[in-house]
Amino acid sequence: MTSPFTPGIASGRLDAETLARNFSDLHPAYDPHEAAVAADRCYFCHDAPCITACPTDIDIPLFIRQIASGMPEAAARTILEQNILGGMCARVCPTETLCEEACVREAAEGKPVEIGRLQRYATDSLMARQGHPFTRAPETGRHVAVVGAGPAGLACAHRLAMKGHTVTIYEARPKAGGLNEYGIAAYKSTDDFAAREVDWLLGIGGITIEYGKALGRDITLDGLRGTHDAVFLGIGLGAVNALEAEGADKDGVGDAVDFIAILRQAEDKAALPVGRNVVVIGGGMTAIDAAVQSKLLGAENVTVAYRRGADRMGASQFERDLATSKGVRILTDVVPKAVHGNGAAREIELEYTAEGPDGLKGTGETLRLPADQVLRAIGQVLDPVDGLTLDGRKIAVTGAGRTFLPGVWAGGDCTPGEDLTVVAVAEGRDAAEDIHATLTGMVS
Amino acid sequence: MADLTSNFLGIKSPNPFWLASAPPTDKEYNVRRAYEAGWGGVVWKTLGEEGPPVVNVNGPRYGVVYGADRRVLGINNIELITDRPLEVNLEEMARVKADYPDHALIASIMVPCDEDSWKRILPRVAETNCDGIELNFGCPHGMSERGMGSAVGQVPEYIEMVARWCKKYYDRPVIVKLTPNITDIRYPARAAKNGGADAVSLINTVSSITSVNLDNFSPEPSIDGKGSHGGYCGPAVKPIALNMVAEIARDPQTRGLPISGIGGVTTWRDAAEFMALGAGNVQVCTAAMTYGFKIVEEMKRGLSAWMDEKGYATLSDFVGKAVPNVTDWQYLNLNYVTKARIDQDACIKCGRCYAACEDTSHQAIWMHEGRVFEVNDAECVACNLCVDVCPVENCITMERMPAGSVDPRTGKTVSDEYANWTTHPNNPMAVKAAE
Ligand SMILES: Cc1cc2nc3c(=O)[nH]c(=O)nc-3n(C[C@H](O)[C@H](O)[C@H](O)COP(=O)(O)OP(=O)(O)OC[C@H]3O[C@@H](n4cnc5c(N)ncnc54)[C@H](O)[C@@H]3O)c2cc1C
Ligand SMILES: Cc1cc2nc3c(=O)[nH]c(=O)nc-3n(C[C@H](O)[C@H](O)[C@H](O)COP(=O)(O)O)c2cc1C
Ligand code: SF4
Ligand code: SF4
Ligand code: SF4
Repeated sequence: MTSPFTPGIASGRLDAETLARNFSDLHPAYDPHEAAVAADRCYFCHDAPCITACPTDIDIPLFIRQIASGMPEAAARTILEQNILGGMCARVCPTETLCEEACVREAAEGKPVEIGRLQRYATDSLMARQGHPFTRAPETGRHVAVVGAGPAGLACAHRLAMKGHTVTIYEARPKAGGLNEYGIAAYKSTDDFAAREVDWLLGIGGITIEYGKALGRDITLDGLRGTHDAVFLGIGLGAVNALEAEGADKDGVGDAVDFIAILRQAEDKAALPVGRNVVVIGGGMTAIDAAVQSKLLGAENVTVAYRRGADRMGASQFERDLATSKGVRILTDVVPKAVHGNGAAREIELEYTAEGPDGLKGTGETLRLPADQVLRAIGQVLDPVDGLTLDGRKIAVTGAGRTFLPGVWAGGDCTPGEDLTVVAVAEGRDAAEDIHATLTGMVS
Repeated sequence: MADLTSNFLGIKSPNPFWLASAPPTDKEYNVRRAYEAGWGGVVWKTLGEEGPPVVNVNGPRYGVVYGADRRVLGINNIELITDRPLEVNLEEMARVKADYPDHALIASIMVPCDEDSWKRILPRVAETNCDGIELNFGCPHGMSERGMGSAVGQVPEYIEMVARWCKKYYDRPVIVKLTPNITDIRYPARAAKNGGADAVSLINTVSSITSVNLDNFSPEPSIDGKGSHGGYCGPAVKPIALNMVAEIARDPQTRGLPISGIGGVTTWRDAAEFMALGAGNVQVCTAAMTYGFKIVEEMKRGLSAWMDEKGYATLSDFVGKAVPNVTDWQYLNLNYVTKARIDQDACIKCGRCYAACEDTSHQAIWMHEGRVFEVNDAECVACNLCVDVCPVENCITMERMPAGSVDPRTGKTVSDEYANWTTHPNNPMAVKAAE
C-alpha cells in the first residue's frame, strides 16, 4: 500500500473513499430552499452591472427573479438563450472576476449574490426534467463546417443549427467538449457533466460530429471551404510553451494539461500515478488546477512556482485561496533553472527573480526543492493553421470573429481575448449570428 | 429600569403584553406556560354557548404568506371559537386565575345576539374570577354566517345593544373587540362606547384568501379542493391596525376610550408604536404562533431598554404621544419642501432609485456615466419612492429646503410659515371661504 510518503511517482496514495471525497463537487448544488434564499438577495438592479460583466450578457436579474418566483426551468431558458453552455459556465466561470465581482452586493458587503450557483440551480433543473428546450428553424440548405468541438465550436454549431443550417463538426479527439472534457478541474465538472451537456446540446438536431478528424492532418482549410458554405475554427490552443531549463527532458517532467487530461479521463483515480513531491511551473488556472489535483490525488508536497509576484498571477484570488486551503504552497518570484536527477527528476533548482527597469531578471540566488514530478503550465499556444493571418500568436479576427480569409470565422481560445469557457461560448455564438447574417444575405 | 407594569381598566398585569384570544390561549396547559414564559395577560380563546361545542375542519386551517427565507408575513385561518365544552374552559380559567392572581385573565365571549344568551353566560364567566371580558365581534368566518362575530361587529347598533347587556349583567370591565372588515372603524367604536363598554380592542383578523393553488385551483388552505375566506393576521396587517387604532384615538367622540392594540405585534417596537398611537396595552397572536411564547422576552427587554433610553419611567409616559401628530391630509404643511439626497459614498449603484423614479415617478434621478446617480431638484417632488426602494439604509435621505431658498421645481421661494390646503389658492373651498 502506497501513501503520500511513498517516494517517487506512485499511484494509489489515497484510499477510494478519500479520493471520492476529494474530487466531489467544489460548489455543491443548491437545494430549492437555498436557491430561494440566495435568489432573494438579488436587487433586480437597473441596467445591472452583473449583466455587463458576463461575457455572454445573460440577463441575470431576470433569471434570478424567475428562480425566486418558483420557475427555475424558465430561468434556465433565459440563461440558455444567451449561453447554451450555461450549465458548464455555472460550474467553471471564475465568477469572482466576472459577474459576482460586478454584483452591487459585492461592493456593498463583500458578499455578492451567488450568481454562479443560482445559474447552476436553474440549468440543472431544466436539464434534469426536460429534453432540449430549443427547436430548429426550417432547414436552410446551407452547410457549415465547424472545426473543434470545444465550447466555441459547440456554441457556434448550436446557434447555426437553431437557425436552420446543417453543421458538421470536425474534431481531432475521440470525444467532444474540448477542455470541458479534457481540461477543467475534475471537482468543477463532476458526474461526467461535460459529456452529458454535449449530448443534451446536440438534442437540437442538425449537427453531426466527425471524430478523429484533425485540421491539417485529415482535412484542410481549403477543402472545407470548397465543400461548405462557411467555416468556423474553434480549435483552441493545441500546443504548449516549452520549458527552457536544464534537465527539462528528464523523466517526471511533463505538461500540466496532459496530466489533467489523463486525470479527467481516468476511470479509477487510484490508478493515477502522482509524485510525492510535485512542483508546478506557472501561475495561471492550469497551474493551480494541476497543483490542487496533484494534492487531492495524494502528493505529500505540492508547490506552484511562479516567476512574478502573486498579484500578477493569472489565477484569481479565489483559485489561489482554494489551492492554499488544500495545502498547496505558492512560491512567487522564482524561475526554474534546472531539473536535477539521475534520469528521473529528483530536485528542481529555482532562481529568485526581481522586476527591474529592463524586465524580469534572475537575482542569482537559488533554492532547491525535492521534485519527483515537474508539471509545466507556462501557457498553451496556437497550433498554427496554414493560410491564416495572425494577431500576435493567435488567429487575427475582426468584428464577430471574421478571419482575413473570406468565409472563415474563428473564436474561442484560438483568437485574441481572455481564455475562458464563457468567452469561447460568446465568440462562437456571435460568429454564428454573423455567419447566419452573411449566408442569408443580410450582411456581406 | 423602566417600570413595565400595566394598568388597563384597573386590570393589573406585570407587563402590557397580553396574548390575544386564539390558539395560544385555548386551554389551561398553554395559558399556564404562557404566564410562566412571561406574558402579562391572556385573553382566553373565545367561549361559546353551553351545549355541544362548535367543530373545526379536520384538514388544514391556516394559510400563509411568506417573505424572504419563508419568513411568515401573514397567516390566515378558518378556525372557529373554542371547540371544547364551556364547562371545561370555565373550570380551567378559574384554576388558572387562582394560581396567577397577578396576571391578567380575560374571557372572550361569542354567543348569539339575544339578551338571554348573554344573561345566561355572564354570571358563569364571573364565577371564574377572571378580570374582565372581551366581546368577540370580529371573527370574519364561520361564526359570522351564524349571525355572530363580525356579523355583529359590522352593525354598530348590535354592538351597542350587546355592550349594554354586558354592562347590565356583568360588573367587571367589558372590552369590545372590533373587526376591521368595515369601512369606517369609528362607527363600531362609537357604538361600543355608547353601549357603555370600558374599552375597545382591535383589530381582529382581516377577511382574506392567502393564495390559490394553480394546479387544482383551490384557495388555500384547501379542504378537499375547496377553500373558504379566512381571517388574516400577522405583520402584514399591522399598518391597517395602526391606522384604525389612531382613528379611534383621535376621534372626538371616542377620544380617551381605552384601547387594547392588536394586529401584527411581533417585536417591542410594534408594541411601542401601537401604544404611542393610544393603545394602553397590546395583544399578540401570530408572533407567538410563529415563534413560541419566548418572544415575549424580546418584547419586554426591548421596550424596557427603549424606555430607559428615552427617559420614560412608566408606560403612561408615552402612551398616546403620537396621537396629536395624526391629522387629516388637509392640515399637512404644504410649505414643508424637501428634496431627495443621495449619499454617493453609501450608494452601491444598483440603480433601483433610478428605475423607480424614471419609470414610475417624476424622472428626477439622473444616471450619469459610471453609474453615478444624482437627484435633479428641478423635477424631484420629494415623493420618497427612491428612499423606499433603496436597499441601503440612509443612503437616500429627504432634506428640507431652508426657508428663503428657491425650489427649482416650482420656482417659488420656500417659506417657513405653516400653510395647508384649507387656505391654498387651488382649493375651491378655500376660494369660497375667502369670498
Ligand atoms: C487546465 C485548464 C483549466 C481551465 N479551467 C477553466 C475554468 O475553470 N474556467 C474557465 O472559464 N476556463 C477554464 N479554462 C479555459 C477554458 O477551458 C478554455 O478557455 C475553453 O475551453 C476554450 O474553448 P475553445 O472551444 O476555444 O477551445 P478548446 O476547449 O480547447 O476546444 C478546442 C477543440 O478543438 C479541437 N481541436 C484542436 N485542434 C484541432 C484540429 N486541428 N482539428 C480538429 N479539432 C481540433 C480540440 O480537440 C478541442 O476539442 C481552463 C483551461 C485549462 C487548460
Ligand atoms: C388561528 C386563529 C384563531 C383565532 N381565534 C380567535 C378567537 O377565537 N377569538 C378572537 O377574538 N380572536 C381570534 N383570533 C384573532 C386574534 O386574537 C387576533 O385578533 C389577530 O390574530 C390579530 O393579531 P396578530 O396579528 O397578533 O395575530 C384568532 C386568530 C388566529 C390566527
Ligand atoms: S448586480 Fe447583483 S444584485 Fe444587482 S442584479 Fe446583478 S446579481 Fe442582482
Ligand atoms: S402545527 Fe401541530 S397540529 Fe398543526 S399540523 Fe403541525 S403538527 Fe399538526
Ligand atoms: S437605490 Fe440607493 S444604492 Fe441603489 S443606486 Fe439608488 S441611491 Fe444608490
